Amino acid sequence: MNKLVSVVAVMAAAFLGSTSARAADVEVIHWWTSGGEQAAVSVFAREFDALGGDKWVDTAIAGGENARSATLQRILGGDPPGAAQFNPGRQYEELIAGGLLLDLTDLATKENWAGFIRPASISEACLVDGKWWCVPVNIHSWNWAWASIPAFEKAGVALPTSFDEFLTSAPKLKEAGVIPFAIGGESWQISGAFGVLQTSMLGVEKRAKIMKDKDIELAKAEMPAVFTKWREFKQYSDEGSANRNWNDTTNLVVTDQAALQIMGDWARGEFGVAGEKPGVDYACLALPAAAPTVTTGGDIFLFPKQSDPAVEAAQLKMASMMVNPQVQALFNNAKGSMPIRDDVDMSLADDCMKRGLEIIGNDANVAVDAGRWLSNDTTGQMNDLAAQFWADDSMTVDDAVAKYVEILQNAD
Amino acid sequence: MTQVAQSGGSAAGLASAVAVKPRMRRRFNYQSVIGTMPMIATAVGVFIICIIFSIIWSFTNSKLFPNFNFIGLDQYVRLWRTDRWIISVQNVFVFGILSIGLGMVVGYLLAVFMDQRIKGEDLFRSIFLYPFAMSLVVTGLVWQWMFDPNLGIQEAVRQLGWTGFEFAPLVKSETALYGVVLGGLWNGVGVTMAIMLAGLRGVDAEIWKAAKIDGIPTWKTYLFIVLPMMRGAIATSFILQCTGVVRVFDIVIAMTQGGPGVSTQMPAIYVIQHITDRVNVGQGMAAATMMLVPVMALIGLQYFLQWRSNRKAGRA
Amino acid sequence: MTSEALSSRATGAVAATGPSGPKPNKLTLSRVGVYAFLILAALFFLMPLWVMVVTSLKGMPEIRQGHLFNWPSMLTFEPWLKAWDTACTGRDCNGLKPGFWNSVKITALSVPVSIVIAMINGYALSFWRYKGSEFLFGVLVFGAFVPYQVVIYPLIIGLSKVGLFATLPGIVVVHTIFGMPILTLLYRNFFTSLPVELFKAARVDGAGFWGIFFRIMLPMSVPITVVAVILQTTGIWNDFLFGTVFAGRENMPMTVQLNNIVTTTTGIREYNVNMAATILTAAVPLVVYFVSGKWFVRGIAAGAVKG
Repeated sequence: MNKLVSVVAVMAAAFLGSTSARAADVEVIHWWTSGGEQAAVSVFAREFDALGGDKWVDTAIAGGENARSATLQRILGGDPPGAAQFNPGRQYEELIAGGLLLDLTDLATKENWAGFIRPASISEACLVDGKWWCVPVNIHSWNWAWASIPAFEKAGVALPTSFDEFLTSAPKLKEAGVIPFAIGGESWQISGAFGVLQTSMLGVEKRAKIMKDKDIELAKAEMPAVFTKWREFKQYSDEGSANRNWNDTTNLVVTDQAALQIMGDWARGEFGVAGEKPGVDYACLALPAAAPTVTTGGDIFLFPKQSDPAVEAAQLKMASMMVNPQVQALFNNAKGSMPIRDDVDMSLADDCMKRGLEIIGNDANVAVDAGRWLSNDTTGQMNDLAAQFWADDSMTVDDAVAKYVEILQNAD
Repeated sequence: MTQVAQSGGSAAGLASAVAVKPRMRRRFNYQSVIGTMPMIATAVGVFIICIIFSIIWSFTNSKLFPNFNFIGLDQYVRLWRTDRWIISVQNVFVFGILSIGLGMVVGYLLAVFMDQRIKGEDLFRSIFLYPFAMSLVVTGLVWQWMFDPNLGIQEAVRQLGWTGFEFAPLVKSETALYGVVLGGLWNGVGVTMAIMLAGLRGVDAEIWKAAKIDGIPTWKTYLFIVLPMMRGAIATSFILQCTGVVRVFDIVIAMTQGGPGVSTQMPAIYVIQHITDRVNVGQGMAAATMMLVPVMALIGLQYFLQWRSNRKAGRA
Repeated sequence: MTSEALSSRATGAVAATGPSGPKPNKLTLSRVGVYAFLILAALFFLMPLWVMVVTSLKGMPEIRQGHLFNWPSMLTFEPWLKAWDTACTGRDCNGLKPGFWNSVKITALSVPVSIVIAMINGYALSFWRYKGSEFLFGVLVFGAFVPYQVVIYPLIIGLSKVGLFATLPGIVVVHTIFGMPILTLLYRNFFTSLPVELFKAARVDGAGFWGIFFRIMLPMSVPITVVAVILQTTGIWNDFLFGTVFAGRENMPMTVQLNNIVTTTTGIREYNVNMAATILTAAVPLVVYFVSGKWFVRGIAAGAVKG
């Protein structure tokens, strides 16, 4: 592994022609603290240190909310970190407006980021008014359903090719003593799964019309069906679902107690740890199979402005390192996420990842992360609504749609 | 010792201290002001200023960083149109009444039983106190497991043969809050017990002698004589628990994340989420201001009553 | 209960410095009742700890099978070693230990500073009131109800203006500020309940503000100080929010590492390591409880009642 590192380092150093005299420490705040995440962040840190001189100073704070708050508060206190992880969205737009971030445009132009970062919606998160303000490093997609093949075999039904098909076979699964639909009751899991269903039913275009263009009439016409279907799912979940962690939920699928879970691509790690094989023990389904989609969640790095020019030079080096194709390959293989560019060697990836890369290759399949269009405030309200609707059977579909429309109308 | 006996214990001491106050206030002592400089700085510099700014920001459309674009009452209108907030407010009242009520009763009971010259007092006290030291992030998870219908207490009891046994409060929206109350009680009642025990031990031995001479049963002495004398301990643990209730956050996040649905949401979670992750400082500050209103009203009322009684005393 | 309790009451009153309940001279129904109640309560309190301990001694495959309350079929101490020594908290894999001394530093400085300041506050508010002192106290009590996050923004700006943001003194100041409302209340209630004659007699002897404080009030406040130490040690040791923001990178407390080990949204969870890490992190406050608990009794004997 170390030999590989040095190759990349030499290349990058030559490319940047780093002449800046003084080495600098760059503190990086991130929330990658679990096993696979830790391996991934180590790739970045090792590569950066190998560039010579500058040092990656690691500040890990678990929990995205905690880490992001710490970053924002430290910027406010005049002690900003050199780099900070965020999710692509609108949370940092005031940092850009306030001139608190390092402008990466020159570097991005020189390296032609716009040319290789795909899909386009990934760059949009960082490219504001023609200037680059952050570096996207990976793509995570929510749009997966994880199925236990033995569970479906036990019930004698085929793997579904759409959510409708799944709901048709759910009673048979239940009869066979399997939990048809596994879900954890935490609101992010519920709203995430709801979003997957929504994208699957509406398709990429209608979804964009509603969430991006805030087409109220379309929302009124389409959302009742989504909420109605969502409620159908609930009767196939088990009574232990409330408050269950996502990975304990995945474990139900791993152990074939449950048939299907809707969860993002990070769930693959749980199957891997349990020694399960894709296509034999479990299946990753992008539904509907006829028109699969991926969402463009993932991670980005911001580089808060520094007073020390040496740190600034090091920040630029770090930014360049993060999009380097070889670093991207190492990083994303470790993280289990999709790279932000096509020319990356992902031969180590498993079948599920390869399927994802296949889908993302076609722009028409890309469902832009709702966080690009809606503020965290708005998506937060939608999450609350999805969770409330799931838990509270007395809330009618009409009520839910009315609330949904109201949130959309007041979205900023 | 004679002085203590004369003053007749802490209750009388409290009364006499109150009576002496007006005279002492006139004897201005600059040392006292110097000694309390940190308090003055904190009260004025942190709390007053912060609260004023919070209130001001609640009338603005502040997002990530506070600004001064005033938008009138919009944040409050939205706040009170939000289901989640209204549920949060209801929850904090139910949670507060239950957990403070139970906390006081159980805390005092434990303290009284601890006061019975038992063997192994150190051990028992540590057992009742230890939950307070544990990180709520993980203990919340443990409670979640114990309340899990397939893993926890319910399943364990069923395996013992009682198959109809049902105990999984967190699973249902209607009962989840009670599960959180139980978890909170487990976490905090030890401290109430400790304060009550400190209060019990501070009660003058003469009182016990007198009660014994009058032939009053022990339980009656505890309930009707000693308890009213422990005003300080009771007030302290009450306020301590109140602040815990108003700020309740960690344990809910750890046990239910506010779920199922939004059924165990709390005001503090609403405030914190809006200030941080939802990047809507204006909305968060409006919610925070609403949280402060009942506290402000209570403290204001107390001052009004005190002021009136002082004035009466002054006239007399 | 009553007649039995009464008969033993006579001996109970003699010992003014100890527990005030009846003396356990024989095993009676009421004694059995007392112990039964305490033991049942103790079992309720210990149940989660039991689950944590057995979970921390199991391997992950066994944990996945459920059986929450069972003793591990295959005992392993691996999770404990890992939690302390090798668990990854981001890029570094040194377990909990690096943050341990930071937490000790922060706690050892913040607890005495905040307690002494609050003690003086409570003393002044009980015996040396001045115009506006009650108002200030009201503000403090009010401050106890403010969610911390509301106050954080102005505090960050203020501390960075005086150059204390992200430093060790900075975090001590922050803990002192947020500990002040409850501690001041604690001491004020305590001092107010002391017989005022004590104070008067000292005044007659010519003692001043500090003289009375050091010679009379400080020694008398041992029992309540134990409660204060318990509250503050726990609060400061377990603090996560202020530590991440105000302590600065060099002084990050242990809870940040604990949180890094146990919290993950989309990563894999090692429950056994999480449990071991939690118990390890709680060890210091637990020791404080056990030791200070003894002081709690001795403190009473030393000063509170006899004066």
